[in-house]
Amino acid sequence: MIHAAPPAWSLLAYLISGICFILALRGLSSPATSRTGNRLGMFGMALAVITTLLLRAPVPEGAFLPDPSPEDVKTLLMIMGAIALGGAIGLVTARRIQMTDMPQLVAAFHSLVGLAAVLVGWAAYLNPEAFGIVGADGAINPVSRLEMGLGIAIGAITFSGSVIAFLKLAGKMSGAPIMLPMRHVINLGILAAIIGLTGYFMLDQSLWVIAVVTALAFLIGFLLIIPIGGADMPVVVSMLNSYSGWAAAAMGFTLHNTAMIITGALVGSSGAILSYIMCKAMNRSFISVIAGGFGAESGGAAAAKTDRPWKRGSAEDAAFLLGEAEQVIIIPGYGMAVAQAQHVLREMADKLKEKGVRVKYAIHPVAGRMPGHMNVLLAEANVPYEDVFELEDINSEFAQTDVAFIIGANDVVNPAAKTDKSSPIYGMPVFDVDKAKTIMFIKRSMGGVGYAGVDNDVFYMDQTMMLLADAKKMVEEIVKALQH
Amino acid sequence: MDFISILSIFVMACFVGYYVVWSVTPALHTPLMAVTNAISSVIVVGALISGATAGSDWARWLGLGAVVLASVNIFGGFAVTERMLAMYKKKERKS
Repeated sequence: MIHAAPPAWSLLAYLISGICFILALRGLSSPATSRTGNRLGMFGMALAVITTLLLRAPVPEGAFLPDPSPEDVKTLLMIMGAIALGGAIGLVTARRIQMTDMPQLVAAFHSLVGLAAVLVGWAAYLNPEAFGIVGADGAINPVSRLEMGLGIAIGAITFSGSVIAFLKLAGKMSGAPIMLPMRHVINLGILAAIIGLTGYFMLDQSLWVIAVVTALAFLIGFLLIIPIGGADMPVVVSMLNSYSGWAAAAMGFTLHNTAMIITGALVGSSGAILSYIMCKAMNRSFISVIAGGFGAESGGAAAAKTDRPWKRGSAEDAAFLLGEAEQVIIIPGYGMAVAQAQHVLREMADKLKEKGVRVKYAIHPVAGRMPGHMNVLLAEANVPYEDVFELEDINSEFAQTDVAFIIGANDVVNPAAKTDKSSPIYGMPVFDVDKAKTIMFIKRSMGGVGYAGVDNDVFYMDQTMMLLADAKKMVEEIVKALQH
Repeated sequence: MDFISILSIFVMACFVGYYVVWSVTPALHTPLMAVTNAISSVIVVGALISGATAGSDWARWLGLGAVVLASVNIFGGFAVTERMLAMYKKKERKS
């Protein structure tokens, strides 16, 4: 293979696909432009793939069209086969997946990007001529080796970390944090070894160096995520999103490919910003999330306190109060997703609107298991976009609200975050539901506590009505009662 | 391209990413994750190069494997984003 500089048209094509990807993200600033953005993203991807394939096709001197040999045709068919196989799996998954299972799906997809980065990095190591990264001395350029090593390491961390996140989100592994003794020392040691060996890889391109880097990176991805509990998953998913971007960017450096570098930087910053937003919404530092263990003490301590008096309401009581209300604010949480109650919830809201009640939805940034999780579920249930509000836009309205209707949320309405300095969620921005005239709290039983493992004073307030049942069943009963 | 030009593109793209992502409405954060997932599979470019180049059988098979993985992500990621965005669209027509 001869390695002249890539032709100018191909560089331009990669640049255009990079711009398409920027516009794809830009489109998401509003639901109205988002679909155009997504189409542009698809176009950019198609452009990048076609450009790459055309670059590989040998064009004879003086001819315009490529003249492939039978061997080339065989290669092309194999590649098409690989794309078709992957594409079919992807499309079927995308069509079948339940909206409530979105966090798992995203985690699974992240793991694939990570693994793909590892494979590409290894392929580049084994056949560096293909990527034009061989120096005059016949060895791989030291800078390319560094980029390659980083790409493989970040990719491997993304892969194993995402696999654990997937297993936890899909409920195939306990969401509770798993704490190993001395884990901080072990993790830091492994991290130092990865960095050191990647540096050493610049001096010595032996197979063992890169093999050890790969193995250690797989291991640390695993170790980093197992101590992180369910409530911190929005941060973890965002963080892994960011890593998958940095892995792509590192590979882009190795390949000198503009599309990959631009995309990697975009995805990397996107994930980082989302992690930041999630951490801020929980008033936790990024370091403390990564260190893990949040919610490990849940259960015992909080369950003991539940002997305080509380009031239980029935679906009929709730329906009556809701029907008489002027304004109702619904606060959905992960429990709504688990119970798949979003559709019947919208039905209830429609019934109330017919009676002249103003219904609004209030969404906390960390509600659910990934950023924007609740918004997607409400959108699926056809809840109008204009009825859905962010925390800071609606929090002042609770004082003028007759019913705060809490379904499957807990920590995000806990007043301890405002008052109790010793509480693990102290400082987290929460909804001021205690200002509403009536609070309805749908919960399966009184025993359980939120993911942060703290008791919630809202349960025992005078104006609180506990609706103890499965969220979906309870809302169905309220809908039935509203019909009378 | 030399290292410095590549680095310049990278740093600029980080800034672009920073401003573009802050302008994304929080209601669309899940589609944002799905679509960033799809576009980060542009790594398929590297996979195609190694899958299509003779020289090392191992490298070719690794490349083809990466093509499969990245394709799952590209098709799945864009399709699921499209599905989610269609839900937001649907209501707009209704109201």
